[in-house]
Amino acid sequence: MVLTVTNLACARGPAQVLAGLSFSLKAGEALILRGPNGSGKTTLLRTLAGLTPPITGTITHAEGAIAYGAHADGLKTQLTVAENLTFWANIFGVRDISAAITTFALAPLADRPAGELSAGQKRRLSLARLLVTGRPIWALDEPTVSLDTENTARFAVAVNAHLAQGGSAIIATHIDLGLPGARSLEITPFIAKGMPAHDPFAGAEPFSGADL
Amino acid sequence: MIGLLKRDLTLALRAGGGFGLSLAFFLIFTALVPFGIGPETGRLAEIAAGLLWHGALLACLLSLDRIFQLDWEDGTLDLIATSPLPLEAAAALKALAHWLTTGLPLVAAAPILGLLLNLPGPANPWLVASLLAGTPALSAIGTFGAALTVGIKRGGLLLSLLVLPLYVPTLIFGALTATRGAQGLDATTPLVLTAGITLGACAILPFAAAAALRVNLR
Repeated sequence: MVLTVTNLACARGPAQVLAGLSFSLKAGEALILRGPNGSGKTTLLRTLAGLTPPITGTITHAEGAIAYGAHADGLKTQLTVAENLTFWANIFGVRDISAAITTFALAPLADRPAGELSAGQKRRLSLARLLVTGRPIWALDEPTVSLDTENTARFAVAVNAHLAQGGSAIIATHIDLGLPGARSLEITPFIAKGMPAHDPFAGAEPFSGADL
Repeated sequence: MIGLLKRDLTLALRAGGGFGLSLAFFLIFTALVPFGIGPETGRLAEIAAGLLWHGALLACLLSLDRIFQLDWEDGTLDLIATSPLPLEAAAALKALAHWLTTGLPLVAAAPILGLLLNLPGPANPWLVASLLAGTPALSAIGTFGAALTVGIKRGGLLLSLLVLPLYVPTLIFGALTATRGAQGLDATTPLVLTAGITLGACAILPFAAAAALRVNLR
């Protein structure tokens, strides 16, 4: 198992979103997160990425294994496509960005500033960043937003190649990506409706002006 | 690591990067002083060193909210936080990039702008030395303030209010160094104290900034 989640409860801001969630992910496996808007897919992915600490439960994976692909593209509009990728390659200690460029057909755009790209082209650049992280587990939040059919297929090819090399992926999406053998995880049963988040002042006496 | 510094410097120098904003503010501030105070050279020379320090501090304050806000808005900060680069190092590099693009040009411009205020010649080395020793503290403290207020829409006002009291010691000792230099007195003690504030701020505040970022990114 490259990723094991046990009895996880996570929160976004003050509200607890998910509770009692357990699943695991093997090398070479893809897990598709399903659930309606606002059900907590993004919160779960942010918790897995380590941005939000879990309220209870454990997340077990190797140190620095997860590459997080957020909803926002995370691009610098003044930098060119190649400069954006080189920056991330440098941060992740990877030398070569050519594989990322060819996989997402970015070669004709390499010297264009990211600010001049269309939404779909920005998305492709953002997805190409995953390849320069060199990390085994991809945690992706709606990766195909604003991609056309051709590039959605290109993305599926990239994910399949990643899985074939022993990587894994956990993807929140509403569409059928065409990943053979991908498991689905419906998170609706784990939605924590009306459960308050852990509040450090929950047991405290209510403040009253008379104490002053 | 060096990649983040290089990227921040490139972004600052490209169009819309905001490089030059602080420098232009410093120039405008200094050029306007004689109109407000009056052009008597004797009176200007007396207050020039302190005024230049005020101008540099306010110019520095002007660019603080860009340190993390732009990276937060486009989602880059989330990705940096999940990268192998420790947030402490990211905060330190951000402070360094801010100093290189804001503090260092102010240091270089100060002696030239000193001419506009009739700053006595012997004060120049002390002014440059005190700004060199003090402006890194302004960047480090500012980075901490920017980390505290990241994610707040138009948090610039809150940022200024948080940072201003923390800037006071640097201003006192920095301006004192330059003023004593202008009066021909020995200014080593305030200069050493200014440098001490900078060293302390650079040693501690990247850790505080990283802790603030972790809370704000939740």
